[in-house]
Amino acid sequence: MTKPIFRSWVLALGLLTATAALGAEGDALDAAHTNIHDVAAMQRGARTFFNYCAGCHSLQYMRYSRIAQDLDLSEAQVMANLDTTGDKFGDPAISAMPAADAAKWFGKAPPDLSLEVAAKGPDWVYTYLKSFYLDPTRPTGWNNTVFPNVSMPFPLWELQGVQTPVYAPAQPGHDPQVEKLQISQPGLQTPAQYDRTIRDLTTFLQYVSEPAALQRERIGVWVLLYLAVFTFLALLLKREYWKDVH
Amino acid sequence: MAAAHDAYKPDNKVLAWIEERLPIIGFMRSATTDYYAPKNFNVMYYFGSLALLVLVNQIVTGIFLTMNFNPSAAGAFASVQYIMRDVEWGWLIRYMHTTGASLFFVVVYLHMFRALMYGSYKKPRELLWILGMFVYLALMAEAFMGYVLPWGQMSFWGAKVIISLFGAVPVIGNKLVEWIMGDFLPADATLNRFFALHVIALPLVLLMLVVLHLWALHEVGSNNPDGVEIKESKDAAGRPLDGIPFHPYYTVKDLFGVGVFLLIAAFIIFYQPTFFGFFLEHDNFVPANNLVTPAAIHPVWYFMPFYAMLRVIPSKGLGVITLFSAIALLFFMPWIDRGKVKSWRYRGAGYKVALGLFALAFIWLGKIGGGEGTWIGDTYIGRALTGVYFAFFIFLWAYTYFGWEKTKPVPLRVTTHD
Amino acid sequence: MANEGVDHGRRRFLTATTAVIGGVGVVAAAVPFIESWEPSARALSAGAPVTADISKIELGQMVRFAWRGLPVFVANRTKEQLADLPSLDPRLRDPKCEEDQQPSYCKNTWRSIKPEWLVMIGICTHLGCVPDYYGEIRPEPFDAHWKGGYFCPCHKSRYDVSGRVFQGVPAPLNMVIPPYHFIDDTHVRIGVSPKGAA
Repeated sequence: MTKPIFRSWVLALGLLTATAALGAEGDALDAAHTNIHDVAAMQRGARTFFNYCAGCHSLQYMRYSRIAQDLDLSEAQVMANLDTTGDKFGDPAISAMPAADAAKWFGKAPPDLSLEVAAKGPDWVYTYLKSFYLDPTRPTGWNNTVFPNVSMPFPLWELQGVQTPVYAPAQPGHDPQVEKLQISQPGLQTPAQYDRTIRDLTTFLQYVSEPAALQRERIGVWVLLYLAVFTFLALLLKREYWKDVH
Repeated sequence: MAAAHDAYKPDNKVLAWIEERLPIIGFMRSATTDYYAPKNFNVMYYFGSLALLVLVNQIVTGIFLTMNFNPSAAGAFASVQYIMRDVEWGWLIRYMHTTGASLFFVVVYLHMFRALMYGSYKKPRELLWILGMFVYLALMAEAFMGYVLPWGQMSFWGAKVIISLFGAVPVIGNKLVEWIMGDFLPADATLNRFFALHVIALPLVLLMLVVLHLWALHEVGSNNPDGVEIKESKDAAGRPLDGIPFHPYYTVKDLFGVGVFLLIAAFIIFYQPTFFGFFLEHDNFVPANNLVTPAAIHPVWYFMPFYAMLRVIPSKGLGVITLFSAIALLFFMPWIDRGKVKSWRYRGAGYKVALGLFALAFIWLGKIGGGEGTWIGDTYIGRALTGVYFAFFIFLWAYTYFGWEKTKPVPLRVTTHD
Repeated sequence: MANEGVDHGRRRFLTATTAVIGGVGVVAAAVPFIESWEPSARALSAGAPVTADISKIELGQMVRFAWRGLPVFVANRTKEQLADLPSLDPRLRDPKCEEDQQPSYCKNTWRSIKPEWLVMIGICTHLGCVPDYYGEIRPEPFDAHWKGGYFCPCHKSRYDVSGRVFQGVPAPLNMVIPPYHFIDDTHVRIGVSPKGAA
């Protein structure tokens, strides 16, 4: 009698926890489908980052030497292609732009991106990078559907092209809402190519958020295998001893 | 401590020499091979030893984190990233600590629920239960202060909100809040004192309470799923008929429990260390900023049920009183519940339903506490659930005091074991 | 409890196996904690190889550079200083540099890649003080037959201009030569061996 009651409670608790976990996610973001074990993608993402983002954004917790080690790049490759500020190989990737100037130019200093993906999630970053559109009412001329009134001008416009908004019919008393974005002036890349570019960039930034993830996921399998063997042995041992108990 | 047997005399001369001066082997035997535990423990009885395992994990990993952590408002956040990136294996040590903290509460909540299921707080175990409650209190303080240390947005605002609770104290409230922070907002002084408390003071208190808790346990003996006192049926040699020596039977069984637990813990540590933002919250990857509150501000999951009570009650003073009495009432369980039957196996249906509703209310409150808090329905549901939470204690008292409970006969001996 | 019919062999085997496997796990779990004491990436970065500009170092002069927080002596030795080195051999503990205190490519009388240029970690092998440079070939209060070299102020250990230790002083070993190589005639990279050398 007790057992079924007990089980049903356990089941109820499990369901609640599961719904709680699912409820925490959500929101209409495009899935980034990143894979930090794809070294080639990370190399392309790193190149995009240092070409388009590193002018303003630092990765203050990310050393060039660690990037080289984890992305299969030589010191010479990193120093020639990624480190354009003249920092040492073992130094973190600090942007050349002085924060005080940046604050003056953009209204606020460009944030450090070391932990951007950890804070916002890869899907947010990916969707954010494809959601810029022209908005003449903004000081920079750009706005973003994921990050309204963003203060950053869109640095990747020459790749993606220029997007303009299509507004939904306005409800009385409300500002018109952006329904979707369309490319009004094509960029250097097709939409598919651009999606890959920002997917790679997001992958790189996800890696930067937690470089240890590479090592973590590699080792984890072995730890779990070991523990499975140990637990099985402990089970046999327990059964052996408990033969005494009647 | 089992009954004082004849002093143990080792055969080995060196050991005998030591034993005469410090009876440590005798003590270990009395706590293991001579400690008889009921033979019918079920899966709910794993969590005590697991809590001890997690405590050891927290202490060891904590000591190593202390070696690289910088307890200052200016350096704390960066030093956590230093641990995560620059220190060899620092990420593993930190994830073991953060995952351990959350799993500590998982096993402690299950351990407490077990006590409610089988009446482990009842005579002669009232003090054992109260000591356990003090462990829980110390653990909450320890966890809260540890959560402040990384000095991210959630650390800062969590600290601010929790400390502000003390502002509800009449007259001296505001002064008290300032005194706790050592500043007008959570600042360097706050972080420094929380660090000292987190790494030295509270661990000492916790350890001491755990020792007392175990001492009391070994004095009165473990309860069991049947709620039968095994000491009441002994054989000619004075050994409980339904008891088995803790060692080797429960050491090997707990070893298996440890294996399963470590499998779960390792899976989280290596493949889901943030546990979907529950164990390590996304906003805490943003450094503390005293000018911007994050959009969704809530404590870590293990405080969410109490936090929800605070949020749904439309009065600061009343909310704080509710919050503290929700915890305080648990201390009085041995006297609120006046029923003589311990295990829910033989208790009235009313108890089973009430305990189930109580657990449901607790978990659902947690869900509300972790939610956005923008849907007004949550507020009303939350109030109802807070009502259910407190009604449990009132109902339980009335149910047992007025003799409404229809219990089943309790067997003299334990019935089952796996 | 009935202990009859227990397969003691199986019980012992399972106990031993579990203990061994568990022990292996505990040892493996200790490794990360022990390795966490290794120099961190920050320390390694701070201790990265450094480049020393030696163009301004005059003949007979010694200049200190910092590498990994250690003093590295770079000395431009004169013909006279070098000429006297073989004659000191009988008075030295390890004149042939048998002890492993230098990279293999510096295992020679002058303990260097280029005879005139000495690159050496200026730390006394006795208890870690930094010896002073006495470059002049002239009688010194501590040695009437001084041919130039290093004198430790702490416990009076003496070394020749190649950092080879004298007999009869507390220091047991020659001073350490770090890995280094010449980038060009005026720049030395301290901390990295020449290509192809170990």
